[in-house]
Amino acid sequence: MKPAIRVEGLGKRYRLGSARSDNNLTEALRAAARRAVRRAPAAKPAEFWALDDVSFDVQPGEIVGVIGRNGAGKSTLLKVLSRIVEPTAGRAELRGRLGSLLEVGTGFHPELSGRENVYLNGSVLGMTRREIARKFDEIVAFSEVEAFLDTPVKRYSSGMYVRLAFAVAAHLEPEILVVDEVLAVGDQQFQDKCIGAMKSVSRGGRTVLFVSHSMTTVQALCSRAIVLAGGKVTLDGTPAAAVREYLKQADGLAAEWRDDRQFDPSKDIMIRAARVRSSDGAAAAQLAADKPFDLEIGYEVFRPTTAQVAFRLNRDDGLTVLTTGDGDARGVFCRPQAVGRHLARVRVPGHLLAPGRYHLLVAANRFGVGAVDVVDPVLHFQIDATGSLQTIEGRLGVVLPLLDWTTGPAGGEW
Amino acid sequence: MADATRTDPDMSIGLPDAPAVPHVPPAAPEPEPPVTLIAPRSGLAVLDFRELWRYRELLAFLAWRDIKIRYKQTAFGLLWAVAQPLATMAVFTLFLGKAAGVTAGIEHYPLYVLAGMTAWVFFSNVVLAAGNSVVANERLVTKVYFPRLIIPLSTVGVGLFDLVVASGLLAVTAACYGVWPGWSVLLLPAVVVLLAVAASGVGVLLSALIVAQRDFRFVLTFGVQLWMFATPTLYMTPAALGPVAQSWLPLNPAYGLVAAFRAAALGGPVDWYSFAVSAAVAVGLAVVGLWYFRRVERSFADTI
Repeated sequence: MKPAIRVEGLGKRYRLGSARSDNNLTEALRAAARRAVRRAPAAKPAEFWALDDVSFDVQPGEIVGVIGRNGAGKSTLLKVLSRIVEPTAGRAELRGRLGSLLEVGTGFHPELSGRENVYLNGSVLGMTRREIARKFDEIVAFSEVEAFLDTPVKRYSSGMYVRLAFAVAAHLEPEILVVDEVLAVGDQQFQDKCIGAMKSVSRGGRTVLFVSHSMTTVQALCSRAIVLAGGKVTLDGTPAAAVREYLKQADGLAAEWRDDRQFDPSKDIMIRAARVRSSDGAAAAQLAADKPFDLEIGYEVFRPTTAQVAFRLNRDDGLTVLTTGDGDARGVFCRPQAVGRHLARVRVPGHLLAPGRYHLLVAANRFGVGAVDVVDPVLHFQIDATGSLQTIEGRLGVVLPLLDWTTGPAGGEW
Repeated sequence: MADATRTDPDMSIGLPDAPAVPHVPPAAPEPEPPVTLIAPRSGLAVLDFRELWRYRELLAFLAWRDIKIRYKQTAFGLLWAVAQPLATMAVFTLFLGKAAGVTAGIEHYPLYVLAGMTAWVFFSNVVLAAGNSVVANERLVTKVYFPRLIIPLSTVGVGLFDLVVASGLLAVTAACYGVWPGWSVLLLPAVVVLLAVAASGVGVLLSALIVAQRDFRFVLTFGVQLWMFATPTLYMTPAALGPVAQSWLPLNPAYGLVAAFRAAALGGPVDWYSFAVSAAVAVGLAVVGLWYFRRVERSFADTI
């Protein structure tokens, strides 16, 4: 069977920098004058490849997810396939009509009524007037804004707007559907509706290419996933493998730290290294919310002393989530430390921390003296939303623990 | 395992059942679905008429949208379509109506100006609207695919609508003066088409230039203002300009076409020389505009 989408060596290059006169003639003239006065050679325009040698095939009926960090090239890929932007290199072949949903409500005009906007938006998305008329009642029913159909859209609440816009888009019947995180808008109920719509599109034998930041949705919906990083395809496989690969990619995060400070003779004990390990043993800066992870702190004792090693787990916005010390479990604050190098390891259980970014403040405290050596901030890691209780149910909380509930008949208890 | 259920939204706790989903009929089995090839385009960009025809409904929808928005929530509605030609007629009549050199040989000066301005307003409004159209529709350009030429071309729709209304006023005014069109009224559709061609040519060219360099917006605005003065037939009798000027002024397409419009509408003699020259320049401008637009449209979404 011929693939619905075939991409071969696709590349898209952008040129940046002050040397490129943007949309402004006056800016360009000013830049040229600057160059002439300073006699500086014209800076070679910096360029970057938003897509770099991307190749993959999608068979009819597949739902393929595309994931990656911000700036990895996901939206650019969709724009090239939607023919909004032209590739610099490579080629792509599409078998069938392509409908692209890069935004909800494209073409909507606030002064026009809901009814008028349905026709306008439908036409913009590629439907014929007859098609829109035929599906009009279905679209209105799906959007649940029947009562307001003839009022100008500028009077709609944002929820109504999104529902109407998505209702039109949901009734597109292209052979290939390309979707860019439009599901990020709207409440949970609406998002479920959207997921349901995409599932039924695929069941109809149509192909879906779906870009998302939600690992949960990608795993639930897609039969296959592609990971993009820096414009290149780094993995093309099962959604589970893709999510793992995505979690491995660092982004200003640090999973390890080595001490490079000057040796300080006044300190009896110093913190030397720190590392965060995910549940499979590797050092990782991106961790799943539902799996435990280990924190390791290496420290060196120069003179026998009574001390403890402890750390504060701080959220990136400054909140201290917890403080823990190496004697806690034994009910001891400080204990005698032998001279030499030591490694302290603590396991943080899964289903405890809320998704977000954290760093540590590590301290070595001496009995009766207080903090002797402090390293702050050290390590920078991220708890991803995968598997967290937060994404599934939109829960709030500084911590999101999985607690055991037991329920039974009241039996006179209250 | 517990993990599997956690990640499947269908098993979420506490949410209502997913509401009814639209029934999407399976793709009808086709012998061979249309194949689209996406690759870097090089060489001469030929005008793809088939594609433009395929998107004709969108062209109509965009024109319809512009017309609707124009008159929504306005108290005077259609009156605005006649305000421009009427106001200019009043001003010119007031200030130039008594100047013998300007009006020599013109029977009814106000009508003369009104007829010329009706055509001029159509031309200049289309140029302005088309020129600014691509940037004004930035969201469409960056989010959906369709031949970009549709955007400036759809602005002709609003212009035509206003022209029809203003022509109504012109007909009524002419009747008041006792002026009736002759056989030359048959020329009107051709003149209007040529005016539209000239205006869209210039508008399309400028719309592409403005995307690349926003400064051209200002060129557009006062360019059009100056253009009116470069079309003296609007407020002056051609005889007053002298034979030399009359020979090269038709290179301004608005000159010959406005004169032809007026002659066709009011039944005066048609100046075939200026009409022919202006028509040729109009077509030439359209060709240049279309060529440039097609050349740079592939980078619109990148630079807009």
